[in-house]
Amino acid sequence: VFKRFVEIGRVAFISFGPHAGKLVAIVDVIDQNRALVDGPCSGVRRQAMPFKCMQLTDFVLKFPHSARQKCVRLAWEKENINEKWSATRWAKKIEAREKKAKMTDFDRYKVMKAKKMRNRIIKHEMKKLQRMASKKGKKPVKVVKGKKPEKAPKAKKPEKAPAPKAQKAQK
Amino acid sequence: MAGEKAPAEKKPAEKKPAKKKAGDKKPAEQKPSQKAAGDKKKRVKKYHASRNPVLARGIGRYSRSAMYARKALYKRKYTAPETKIEKKKKEMPRATITKPVGGDKNGGSRVVKIRKMPRYYPTEDVPRKLLSHGKKPFCEHKRRLRASITPGTVLILLTGRHRGKRVVFLKQLDTGLLLVTGPLAVNRVPLRRAHQKFVIATSTKVDLTGVKIPKHLTDSYFKKKRLRKPKHQEGEIFDTEKEKYELTEQRKADQRAVDSQILARIKKVPQLRGYLRSTFSLSNGVYPHKLVF
Repeated sequence: VFKRFVEIGRVAFISFGPHAGKLVAIVDVIDQNRALVDGPCSGVRRQAMPFKCMQLTDFVLKFPHSARQKCVRLAWEKENINEKWSATRWAKKIEAREKKAKMTDFDRYKVMKAKKMRNRIIKHEMKKLQRMASKKGKKPVKVVKGKKPEKAPKAKKPEKAPAPKAQKAQK
Repeated sequence: MAGEKAPAEKKPAEKKPAKKKAGDKKPAEQKPSQKAAGDKKKRVKKYHASRNPVLARGIGRYSRSAMYARKALYKRKYTAPETKIEKKKKEMPRATITKPVGGDKNGGSRVVKIRKMPRYYPTEDVPRKLLSHGKKPFCEHKRRLRASITPGTVLILLTGRHRGKRVVFLKQLDTGLLLVTGPLAVNRVPLRRAHQKFVIATSTKVDLTGVKIPKHLTDSYFKKKRLRKPKHQEGEIFDTEKEKYELTEQRKADQRAVDSQILARIKKVPQLRGYLRSTFSLSNGVYPHKLVF
């Protein structure tokens, strides 16, 4: 039923509080509600933190309990947690949410146009397939082709959103 | 003058009151012999001692009017030199003017007063107003502009017949209103004034470096024209006021002059033209306080 446990070395994501959005490793458990926590590679000082603000991730590091920061850092860098984290869907969702919130009016317009174009392409292909299916009656024509136009426009959307992002960052 | 002959060689205590009380400076009409190099010192010595003997400290023997006579002030009346303002005031303005009068037997002209007596005096005098400070007329008010609005910013108009349209900001006019243009070819918004308060400034900017806006586009150029000629006919007054706005050639020329420069820059940015053509609207789940413009 439970897959992620609080253990020494468990990497947790801080959901609220002053360090919201950062990753930490659980170094020791203080009592029922708090843990000694350290995030050398994410800018969190070694401190006590309540479990409530932590959300457990899939990553576990190997170091003994109450290990000092240097050991935690070594273990962290050995496992390359930062890269692994940014590759997870969780992190990507967070990033997408942030980007969406930062969208300016112009960006919203561009996204709207991109979505519209993509939907048009998809609809076009669907109609084509439907016509073919209805023409040929009950012949088994598999809907494998439907996936091709979907991927191409899908790549456009995240491109357009980061593209105006990059432009904005450059400005 | 009595002071010329006997230089006051009395006690220094008396000299000081001499300087103070008989302290009229001698006019420069003195004999040239006295205008020597050490003039100032000699002049000071020429003062007469006090003509008002002291009875007790602060109390003189003679009254003000007696002193007036004793000092012969009736002979010594000086006026301050005439200032430029006074000189100007002497030039009396014309009080009357002769105007020609029509009609055969009227004698051709009349002499008319320029400044006439008031034709009405209020029953109660208006009390004098207290001095106030800092109450400036509108023309002297400080005009502010939000930092987010710079030349070339795309603005969203919120009121007026062009509400929801995205528009390019050109400059702020003297009254504080913003000069704005569609451009006309893009969204049918001409050169127009917009109020800063009723506008959302987006972060999208068009580069307007080197764009020259004609200098004659001021507030008076855009102000609405009103006919003011009361013809004493109640029924027709409302008709003669210009209700329809007529497009003049000058407006078209100015529009073309400004827009040609701006359109070139708009075309350089991809999708900007389409953006300016679109209108802004809110829909479900869209909250202006959460949007980043």
